[in-house]
Amino acid sequence: MAVLHTTNKSPLQTRDLESCLRLTRPGCGILLLEDAVYGALKSAEGSDMLAEAAKDRRIYVLGPDLAARGFTPEELIAGVTVVDYGGFVDLVAEHHHVQAWV
Amino acid sequence: MSGTQAGEGGNSKVKRFMIVNRKAPYGTIYALEALEVVLIGAAFDQDVSLVFADDGVYQLKKGQQTKDIGQKNFSPTYRALGDYDVEKLYVERESLQARGLAPEDLLVPVRVLGSTELSVLMEEQDVVLSF
Repeated sequence: MAVLHTTNKSPLQTRDLESCLRLTRPGCGILLLEDAVYGALKSAEGSDMLAEAAKDRRIYVLGPDLAARGFTPEELIAGVTVVDYGGFVDLVAEHHHVQAWV
Repeated sequence: MSGTQAGEGGNSKVKRFMIVNRKAPYGTIYALEALEVVLIGAAFDQDVSLVFADDGVYQLKKGQQTKDIGQKNFSPTYRALGDYDVEKLYVERESLQARGLAPEDLLVPVRVLGSTELSVLMEEQDVVLSF
């Protein structure tokens, strides 16, 4: 079973997401939550890095955090899946373990 | 000091306070705390202005719905600042563009300034508080 990686910082303020993408392997899952959801927006600078990763990794965004920040799933890059809290729990259960990039 | 003048009370001093917002809302407490300081400054009849730069521009994004994260949606407060005579809201153009946002995406009218203009404005302040 693959690893689920989580990251919660805005990629425009820290380089956590960049490190996460650099140090993860194809087939893993990456969940963006809290301020990390900004990283999955089509409109933001640098989102091509995540779009590239979405080709061989599963990228998830926590829906309630996206809505809180005033954005909709339509504004995310292609290939990203929006999950709710129940979906978060399922992801944790489905993966071997969770690695947080804080 | 150039920002000092006689207030209503006769000897109260008015200073120019600039609150610089560089953090996204909700992920940290900075944005909310900055708003508190703005309102305190306004209550003391100070000359308060706000700057939104870097991820701080996200504080003004329209359509915030915080019901499911269990936090108060404080974004309507930015629209009410005019009632407290806080009318100087500046957004850095470079930060807005880097995030693919336009003034129409923001929930309140702002002045969009380039970083050079903004840096001049910062130098003119008596107090600059960073959040």
